[in-house]
Amino acid sequence: MIHYIIRRFLYAFPLLMGVNILTFVLFFIVNSPDDMARMQLGQKHVTEQSINNWKQQHGYDVPLLWNADATGEEKITRTIFYQKSVGLFLFRFGVSDSGRNIGADIQERMWPSLALALPTLCVGLMVDITFALLMVLFRGSYLEQSGIVLCVILMSISSLFYIIGGQFFIAKLLRLVPISGYDDGLAAIKFLVLPVLIGVCSGIGSGVRWYRTLFLEEVEKDYVRTARAKGLTETQTLFQHVLRNALIPILTGVVVILPLLFMGSLIMESFFSIPGLGSYTIDAINSQDFAIVRAMVFLGSVLYVIGLLLTDISYTLVDPRVRLS
Amino acid sequence: MIILWTDALIFILTFAILALAFYLRGKEHIKRPLQKIVRSKVGMASLVILLFFIVIGLLDSVHFKPIDTKNNEIISLLDYWAAPLREHSEKTYSAPFATSLYSKEIMVLADGTTQWRYPRLAYGGNYLDDPETQHVADVLQKALYGFAQGAGLTGLLILIYLAVRYKLQGEKNQAIVLSTSANIALLVVFIVISTSNTLIYLSGYYHVFGTDKVGEDVFYQAVKSIRTGLVLGTLTTLIMLPMAIVFGILAGFFRGWIDDLIQYLYTTLNSIPSVLLIAASILMVQVYIANHEQDFTSVIVRADVRLLFLCLILGVTNWTGLCRLLRAETLKLRELEYVQAAQALGVKQSMILVRHILPNVMHIVLISVVLDFSSLVLAEAVLSYINIGVDPTTYSWGNMINGARLEMAREPIVWWSLSAAFVFMFTLVLAANLFADTVQDAFDPRRNAE
Repeated sequence: MIHYIIRRFLYAFPLLMGVNILTFVLFFIVNSPDDMARMQLGQKHVTEQSINNWKQQHGYDVPLLWNADATGEEKITRTIFYQKSVGLFLFRFGVSDSGRNIGADIQERMWPSLALALPTLCVGLMVDITFALLMVLFRGSYLEQSGIVLCVILMSISSLFYIIGGQFFIAKLLRLVPISGYDDGLAAIKFLVLPVLIGVCSGIGSGVRWYRTLFLEEVEKDYVRTARAKGLTETQTLFQHVLRNALIPILTGVVVILPLLFMGSLIMESFFSIPGLGSYTIDAINSQDFAIVRAMVFLGSVLYVIGLLLTDISYTLVDPRVRLS
Repeated sequence: MIILWTDALIFILTFAILALAFYLRGKEHIKRPLQKIVRSKVGMASLVILLFFIVIGLLDSVHFKPIDTKNNEIISLLDYWAAPLREHSEKTYSAPFATSLYSKEIMVLADGTTQWRYPRLAYGGNYLDDPETQHVADVLQKALYGFAQGAGLTGLLILIYLAVRYKLQGEKNQAIVLSTSANIALLVVFIVISTSNTLIYLSGYYHVFGTDKVGEDVFYQAVKSIRTGLVLGTLTTLIMLPMAIVFGILAGFFRGWIDDLIQYLYTTLNSIPSVLLIAASILMVQVYIANHEQDFTSVIVRADVRLLFLCLILGVTNWTGLCRLLRAETLKLRELEYVQAAQALGVKQSMILVRHILPNVMHIVLISVVLDFSSLVLAEAVLSYINIGVDPTTYSWGNMINGARLEMAREPIVWWSLSAAFVFMFTLVLAANLFADTVQDAFDPRRNAE
């Protein structure tokens, strides 16, 4: 087990290296720092001098990969690749183009993101599984038919409409909760109720359909037929046999996304102005702050790789048939 | 005639599909699932709606420069037919079917006094003498007329169709029996054509979905957005298919280091949050376009290049899922007896791949293409909201929602832009989802066990 985990851990390294190189190519080779400076300073009437100033301020005034002017080891360290990309491996995110410390910003902003994403995931999971189980229980009836149709209809509505509709009806017309905003501590709850509700609703369609197929696959297996033949009622087989076995794929599906919850949801956070990492990213994209986007790309990949690792481990924990090799 | 990049790709795609259909016609293994689709009521109904959208999208993809105008404007066939819609622009917001503007203005009356009231629209219902009394009756009358026209047209079309069927029928003097699904399809054709004809007829006199902030007709915007949605939904899959198929099959068939390499490639791409990858790439494209302004002479060309890039990037972020599916399926297929037999007989590996593996994974490709379509159309709206979607000058539902979102705070609220985008998008995505379900039922061997 330990061996396996260590090997997976080592496997993560080339992955992150790949991500790093890819972002480096995208951000520094496809477009040179000169282009970036010109973009930041405004397109027209930019002097060579001001571009150089900007590059020097933000540390882009060194060569990309190989500094021939420097001496000794500085030939490698005094380059953009070393200073901007390698530091990410040590979680040194550096300074954003507007001068703020990215690492501190991320630490501060990941908690509101989590406060929104975790309840959405948990409530959503419970609601989806409940409805899916109900549909499997009443399979072959008109109830299930109408349920499927409803799911397809819910799936066909853009998530933007859920948000706009929810904000309009619940917050503006009924005035049950504030439209948007955030507060520290427990006072945040009243701001979080609506986003969580909307997040759950917009996921119901696809979620219920997905879990329904999982359950249906289980229901047709032999052990369920045996259980029924022994005289168990339909509900008993469903809860004691089908649900428990279907939990394996459900669990592993959830584990993958657990670390990514820190990244937050982009549109939810910006619609409800919750100061999480999602809105942080959007702000960075809109103000074209490449340093933050780069840091977030790397953070996202790290969390994804952790998610993959956790999935593998959780498989062995819940399913004794799986052996790691 | 001017051919934009996306136009060219769309036409290539259309011809490719037609050629494929011609090649596959009459093949027994394709016939059975197709018949299943034809027999499905929901499938046929959604197919009719999809085809209707596709025809509009194709019409909007034929671009040319009108001869009579001097400016550097490129319009499409659809623009040409919808010229009144395009030119009937008001000053600012107006509600659907309104005859007066949304906001009050100071007006100088005939006798020289000034008054603070709603001015009449320049085009919407401008021929009415007294809107208060005539308005509703006029709208109803026009709607009825448009509907009757559409219904008559459809009736004629259906009669022609029945006559052709009768002619082709072997035995004469026998009533034509239509299956239930054909009946439903004809009903949907009837509904679609008469409704659209009603809307088209009405839009000549009123703004059916109102006007937006700069007074542009919302109905026109929503119709123009159809092409953007279709382009994103289809071209993205066109771009990702070669990558996904080649890599997926190679990884599954050869295993070993090729498999490792390809797995590494898609895990790396997958691990980057796709929104951020798209954002980064779009930022790069923006920088590129800004630095090479001389290459993009007209707004529409620039927007088109950005749309193409968006398809490309979405394709790059989306191929991994299909690739993984294909790899798993190939791993399974290569152990089957007929592949082993081919290997034992000394068939070349490339031949095995093309003749034995590829045709047997095609159903997965087809299903995932149809399934991806609707999610791509939905993704466009979200991306446009974050400003990393299509160009702000391109007509798209995402841009419509984005523009209308802030107006929800107005009193009385401006709801029509949002509703128009909602109705059009919902119809397209719902039809696509239902059709995808039917296709999956027909082609997935696991689903038709009974």
